Amino acid sequence: MGALFSFVMVILLVLLAYAGIKAANLQIFFGVVIPYAAILTFLLGFVYRMLKWSTSPVPFRIPTTCGQQKSLPWVKQNKIENPSTALGATVRMILEVFLFRSLFRNTKAELRDGRLGYGSSKWLWLGSLAFHVSFFTISFRHLRLFLQPVPSPVHFVETLDGFLQIGAPTFLITGSILLLAALFLLLRRFLLPTIRYISLPADYFPLFLIIAIASTGILMRYFLKIDVVSVKELTMGLVSLNPMIPEKIDVIFYIHLFLISVLLAYFPFSKLMHMGGVFLSPTRNLSNNNRMVRHINPWNYPVKARTYEEYEDEFREKMKNAGIPVEKE
Amino acid sequence: MYNGWKILLGLIIFLAVATFPFYSNIGKATVKPEPKIDTPVINELKEKKCVESKEFMKAEHMQLLNDWRDSAVRDGNRIYVAQDGEKYTISLQNTCMKCHSNKKEFCDKCHNYAGAKPYCWDCHIAPKEAKK
Repeated sequence: MGALFSFVMVILLVLLAYAGIKAANLQIFFGVVIPYAAILTFLLGFVYRMLKWSTSPVPFRIPTTCGQQKSLPWVKQNKIENPSTALGATVRMILEVFLFRSLFRNTKAELRDGRLGYGSSKWLWLGSLAFHVSFFTISFRHLRLFLQPVPSPVHFVETLDGFLQIGAPTFLITGSILLLAALFLLLRRFLLPTIRYISLPADYFPLFLIIAIASTGILMRYFLKIDVVSVKELTMGLVSLNPMIPEKIDVIFYIHLFLISVLLAYFPFSKLMHMGGVFLSPTRNLSNNNRMVRHINPWNYPVKARTYEEYEDEFREKMKNAGIPVEKE
Repeated sequence: MYNGWKILLGLIIFLAVATFPFYSNIGKATVKPEPKIDTPVINELKEKKCVESKEFMKAEHMQLLNDWRDSAVRDGNRIYVAQDGEKYTISLQNTCMKCHSNKKEFCDKCHNYAGAKPYCWDCHIAPKEAKK
């Protein structure tokens, strides 16, 4: 049900943009108002979520450790998987953010001849790494529509992306990898019963949305051949805060733009916030130094305490009279 | 707020990256490129038309050139029959560039603007043009 609901929602969004342009001629609404509103929602919402998270106290170190803790000198510590210093935790975070270290550790449980066994399962790691790397590369390539003159790193990435030199306009590898990886992540939710059981509309919706974005992008570049010069006029108008609507941009572009706007606006309210949230994961970004450093609970109130010395000072004479041993004479 | 400076630093970096296209372009007026077709050969033409219609060439020229390359280099076929039945010699340098001898004012105008870098000139010799 969740999948069907999300699928219908994305189709409705596509139809909304199509009808808005074709029937109602709302080019300014879909080309200027919605993108600006989406960018603002994205930026403000992102900052708001992060600031809200930053008010949560982290009173105790709770890293998930996967290696030998720092111990006696002759016991070899795993400095990255069980970091005891900020440096180790930083390296661990870099591995997590860029290489998805924790997904690499993904395991699969299986019953074989009535016995439970665990095995490494790397497909999720591979699929999601391919997905994220392609998504980043594609976003970076899109800078050619937002900068004038186009800086050389953007050209470099595009040349690298199209190094197969198939057809014209040149086939770019990441576009199809993004689509295939997103389809893989979707199929995974469809086909694995355990994953299907825990999948919600909030899991399916971003996948369908991204599949739709990638598909419209591929359609525009290779099949419908939209007028890139006019598109860049529009995008440059947006980023130079001097918006304008060029004539004759195919409706497919407005659909693409609308879906991206929806993705941006949806971002701060959804699981996509893992983009910022990964940096704040207390199970990843903390060093495991609970036994070396005393972490004081930040909401502790001052407790009135009395030491034994103070107690003895008060009752020393009485203790002596009663024959109780005292520390100080 | 806990770990305030670290989170704020991260947010500042995020905002700086995410809004880069805005603050690097603000106030800049962009000029739409106008490819020029006023070469001597084109000016002498009675009927100014390319091998196909302007709309077709605008959208499909890259596909056409790619097909021309495959046709000439791989199949040895150097005759192109246009949609209106007219025949043209398949040659970038002798057919296309004969009229469009102004690569810098024609091809490069839109390509540079849109960030397209076709690899035509990896093999072909770009026409020599006087610097303006």
